[in-house]
Amino acid sequence: MTTLKVNGREHQVDAEPDTPLLYVLRDDLKLNAAKFGCGLGQCGACTVIVDGKAVLSCVTPLVLLEGKQVTTLEGLGTISEPAPIQRAFMEEQAAQCGYCIAGMMMRAQALLLRIPKPTDQQIRAELAPNLCRCGTHMRILRAVHRAARLMETAALSPAEKRSDK
Amino acid sequence: MNAPVILDRRHVLKGGGALIISFSLTRAFAQDQTVPAAAPPSPPGSLKNSPYLDSWIRIDADGVITVFTGKAELGQGFKTAFQQIAAEELNVPFASLKVVTADTKLTANEGYTSGSHSMQDSGTAIQNAAAQARELLLAEAAKRLDVSIDTLQSEDGVVIAPDGRRLSYGELVSGDMLHVQAQPSSKLKDPSTLKVMGQSIPRVDIPAKVTGGVAYVQDLRLSGMVHARVVRPPSYGAQLVDCDVAAIEKMPGVVKVVRDGNFLAVVAAKEFQAIKAMNALANAAKWQEVAQLPKLNDLPSVLTNLASQDSVIFQRSDPSVSGQRTIEATYTRPYQSHGSVGPSCAVAQLADGAMTVWSHTQGVYPDRQAIADMLRMPSASIRVIHVEGSGCYGHNGADDAAADAAMIARALPGVPVRVQWTREQEHAWEPYGPAMVTRLKASLDAAGKIADWNFEVFSNTHSMRPGGAGCLLAAQHMAQPVAVPPAKPIPLPEGGGDRNAIPIYTFPNAHVVHHFIPTMPIRISAMRALGAYHNVFSIESFMDELAALAGVDPVEFRLNHLDDPRGRDVIEKAAQGFGWRKGQAASDRGFGFAFARYKNLAAYCAIASEVEVNRETGRARLVRAVAAVDSGQVVNPDGLINQIEGAIIQSTSWTLYESVTFDATRITSIDWQTYPILRFDAVPESIEVHIINRPGKPFLGSGETGQGPAAASVANAIANATGIRLRDLPLTRKRIKDAIDS
Amino acid sequence: MTRSRVIGAILAALVAGGAATAFVIAWRPAFAAIDPPQPQSFDAARVRRGRELAAIGNCSTCHTSVGGKDFAGGVPVPTPFGTIYSSNITPDPETGIGRWSEEAFRRAMRMGVDREGRHLYPTFPYDHFTHVSDEDDNALYAYLMTRESVRAPQRENQLSFPLNQRFVIAGWKLLFLHRGTYRPDATKSAEWNRGAYLVEGLAHCGACHTPRNALGAERASAAFAGGNVDNWQAYAINAQSPSPVPWDAEALYAYLRNGWHPDHGTARGPMAAVVSNLSAVSANDVRAIATYVADMSGQPAQSRKVRGEAALAQAKSTPAVETPASPGAAIYAAACATCHESGRPPPYGGINLGLSTAISGSDPRNLANIVLSGVAPVEGESSPIMPGFASTMNDAQIAVLLHYLRSRFSDQPAWSDIERTIAEARRTQTASLNTGAGARPASPDQAQRDKR
Repeated sequence: MTTLKVNGREHQVDAEPDTPLLYVLRDDLKLNAAKFGCGLGQCGACTVIVDGKAVLSCVTPLVLLEGKQVTTLEGLGTISEPAPIQRAFMEEQAAQCGYCIAGMMMRAQALLLRIPKPTDQQIRAELAPNLCRCGTHMRILRAVHRAARLMETAALSPAEKRSDK
Repeated sequence: MNAPVILDRRHVLKGGGALIISFSLTRAFAQDQTVPAAAPPSPPGSLKNSPYLDSWIRIDADGVITVFTGKAELGQGFKTAFQQIAAEELNVPFASLKVVTADTKLTANEGYTSGSHSMQDSGTAIQNAAAQARELLLAEAAKRLDVSIDTLQSEDGVVIAPDGRRLSYGELVSGDMLHVQAQPSSKLKDPSTLKVMGQSIPRVDIPAKVTGGVAYVQDLRLSGMVHARVVRPPSYGAQLVDCDVAAIEKMPGVVKVVRDGNFLAVVAAKEFQAIKAMNALANAAKWQEVAQLPKLNDLPSVLTNLASQDSVIFQRSDPSVSGQRTIEATYTRPYQSHGSVGPSCAVAQLADGAMTVWSHTQGVYPDRQAIADMLRMPSASIRVIHVEGSGCYGHNGADDAAADAAMIARALPGVPVRVQWTREQEHAWEPYGPAMVTRLKASLDAAGKIADWNFEVFSNTHSMRPGGAGCLLAAQHMAQPVAVPPAKPIPLPEGGGDRNAIPIYTFPNAHVVHHFIPTMPIRISAMRALGAYHNVFSIESFMDELAALAGVDPVEFRLNHLDDPRGRDVIEKAAQGFGWRKGQAASDRGFGFAFARYKNLAAYCAIASEVEVNRETGRARLVRAVAAVDSGQVVNPDGLINQIEGAIIQSTSWTLYESVTFDATRITSIDWQTYPILRFDAVPESIEVHIINRPGKPFLGSGETGQGPAAASVANAIANATGIRLRDLPLTRKRIKDAIDS
Repeated sequence: MTRSRVIGAILAALVAGGAATAFVIAWRPAFAAIDPPQPQSFDAARVRRGRELAAIGNCSTCHTSVGGKDFAGGVPVPTPFGTIYSSNITPDPETGIGRWSEEAFRRAMRMGVDREGRHLYPTFPYDHFTHVSDEDDNALYAYLMTRESVRAPQRENQLSFPLNQRFVIAGWKLLFLHRGTYRPDATKSAEWNRGAYLVEGLAHCGACHTPRNALGAERASAAFAGGNVDNWQAYAINAQSPSPVPWDAEALYAYLRNGWHPDHGTARGPMAAVVSNLSAVSANDVRAIATYVADMSGQPAQSRKVRGEAALAQAKSTPAVETPASPGAAIYAAACATCHESGRPPPYGGINLGLSTAISGSDPRNLANIVLSGVAPVEGESSPIMPGFASTMNDAQIAVLLHYLRSRFSDQPAWSDIERTIAEARRTQTASLNTGAGARPASPDQAQRDKR
């Protein structure tokens, strides 16, 4: 049995140490966001955040996660209380089939934690490991910019928000 | 039996004349002189095949309204669009409806969600069914309230009389009220009064997708479900000569190894256990390979040398016009892959002789039939339910995964079985978009207009569906295999390899030939836009070549040959939106333009592109694109824009990078390294989409309309930037560099 | 610090020797600025030849920064003495070499002096380029002067006193610049001589693959015994090569031409740009280079041959599927084996790690670099991909993995001080990816290269 911290909670997981995190999340913890796209680290659909950094969960075995915090899309927010990045993606309607989107959002979230106001270039470079076959890229870029603005507004004090109009 | 109210839509739209109401024991027909007296006209869209209103709209006594569609949500936003249409015509709040999609137990048989038909077929059916249902409710209210139907309003699911009396739809509906056949025409709402249709309503499926809700077939978790992995042969036709499964059966968690001839799969309790077992099973399997694939570098001549069935599909002749300057060109396209980001997946369960399959197939009914044939079960005891997968862009591995799951579920009665294809399997086994060759020849008259146009297209069929069990890998591989059915061309006006082969332009002399090639050396089927991608690429590239010969601006040249006013409108709109001007852009950049009407009967799309070409490396990059689209009456503008943006990026990826590769025996493009697609580093700086809305006009399918124009637009821009015309897809960096160097 | 003291001491000696002497040694005249020549004035065939030579010389790698315009310079080259930025060698008249005559260009190649007479830092490897023939200099000049002009002013070098005074380079040159075009060895074949001319000259292999002394010059006595560049280890390419399977001319040719070899792996790090450039060079020249380099190693000793065969045999055997017995094995199974034991044809499937020089080499630096940063795919072209594990694993975990790989896949003794190497690699990994134009490895599949 291994202890795994996901979205702020501890879970006891009965899986071998070489089990990739992706299968633990999906099959043991029944979480949907991280997706199987290739299992080879080529497409990014499985991206989650570990200790604040985006990682490819399909090539991250359980043995590497001891003592680390795993965050999945589910841990950022819900439909009724979405996180800025989730709100941004909904407001920009940044999805077609949507299969790649959870991975995109997690990688973008990790970027925004590091660089609160990234340039277009920085977002493009950061999201390069993530594939989108439907061609939703333009909206994804807009959504990440929007999320950055939402996070900035959220960080302002009420007084600052008022004066900021 | 009471005939439902029949109203002439044309009268309604004109806004003049009285509404004609009649109750009669005999069927009344619309006062439409164009309706032939001999045969009763059929109701529009898919109502033709599923005429009962309650196949589409169901209203419960407590007022809950469900909309049924036989189409599948593929990520185009149809669920939302259909919900809008129904909400509009029923006069209920958008959020009060629920949409149920393709399910052989619950919804009409609408064939495949493909060919950009969904709005035209299902959207139209829902629109009319909803309108007719509304009128039935109004009629019932009129009866109960003893007032004239003209005086009644419907709003938010309630019928209101002028004196304020109200009756909810739930109160009004009864028993079989909606179990009536649809009439040929409906009282549709005046387009100027639309409240929900035509609005960019946020998609109903996105919230779950951005918060980790259950959204895809990959997310299904049934109680007691086990995980299966298929071990596919290494190449087409390979025979499994030896496989020692004993060791694999003893691996942790393994429930069963299923072998039926060349069909080989392993089932385990947990997914990772299944993956390990699959790897071990693949190692243990010994195959005899027999495939002899054509030479990749020689594909065009391989294709044109295969036997073909040739037909002239368009002929026009005006001997008074003849050309003086003639040019010819050959354009080629390799096999290209759907490249779905999520490899195919399905869940199946056999319980008490009934098989349920959850699949992202585009066609639940045909897939059900094929599975029934494969398992030799009556189709009535199989239920196929569509659950979203990742974008499929046509016939990918979904149908096969469904068959795999059913096959394995049969070996484990009572147990839900989940089959997940690997990335390599999806790449190697999906049926590709076929390779094609087109030969064009045209001449210009003295005035610089096209006098003579010749077009030949060489292609396989572009669909192996429906094809029964013989189209399923599992059925082809099992011990008593079902043969692959002979390939058949898709008839015009839709066409397959000849889709969009007939030019929309008006030429005095024109001759179009379709060389249909039945032999399929590589597994193929339908991929977004079918033959239109390459045919439009060819036509629109050649139009530019002719425009250059005539010394005329490419946009002007097209307008000189185009009569269709809606086509002219999109061309002008795109050119204007782009800021189109003659000549060349900055030194390393070029402008390109292209236009087509998908299938010559669906949506119109014109695209202007700016492409940068690095002369040192040959790298081409789409800098910006401006598109104009006319899809008839627009239901969800943002959804339409999303589709066109996506089409431009996807088609740019196909056009600059993509080609399936294979050696003498095996497919070698088996993952994202060996079949690279566009990543963020090549995404353009901007894409603008201008919609020309046509309220009141029929819906026109737009899911595929951008593919061909995007390709030609990019090719024309590269030609403009470098002075070099490339005709062999994909237009890779190396090809561009070699052309620049030589 | 120490080094600059050493240089300071030499300077003091020179100064003491006579200011006039120093002046004579250090001063160089300026060439007059010319009007930038018209690109059309250059013969197309010469320009094409120049392009090929520039590919051999790998000019673009040092003179094109990531995201920058071709040959516009600005690439930071870290040296033990500070960071030096490459110059703009486009024909821009103000910020590039647009006003350089061909004579001025040739002097820069031969003597490391710019048009205005200033000494160039030997990060520009004129200690190699001095061997390039007049004819080849002429072609290179033609190629560079027909490139797109880019306005990009020289970036300030970051060197401390006295190294930021260019005349000190004169002293360095006195000691280490052996001028003169290459002289053929009559006892060797024409191909060998061609290879020697290229390797010792334009290809400047020794600039990376030869260890340097305290003054930053190549140690002639240890030619090709390995060096360090941009935080990567350039392996020894003489008899001391640490590769499990010994290299021969055929393998070297395939590797340099295609960017990979099934028995050795794929070119990574700074070598990726080199093989990308070599993919555009004539087969004969690449073969010549391979012949010369292979000859440096001579025939491998019998024991080495035997070990090589054992490594190949191990690589071809089907891996046993077993439950990993240690954390290192578990990491390997999930993070590496999916690609490195996939049986997929190289170079797309990762090579079997028993054939990896990175694992058998004396320094774990390259392996740490690769594990941290992975391999980025080439845009739109079939190419190797590997995810980077910098975010997935901390230093301790990478150390566990590296120890496991070393013990399982090589017969060499365990590495020492792995943790420090990993920390250092992590600290510099972003820098190591940003030093030059993006690598563009040749499309590895021969059929694909010809077609696409």
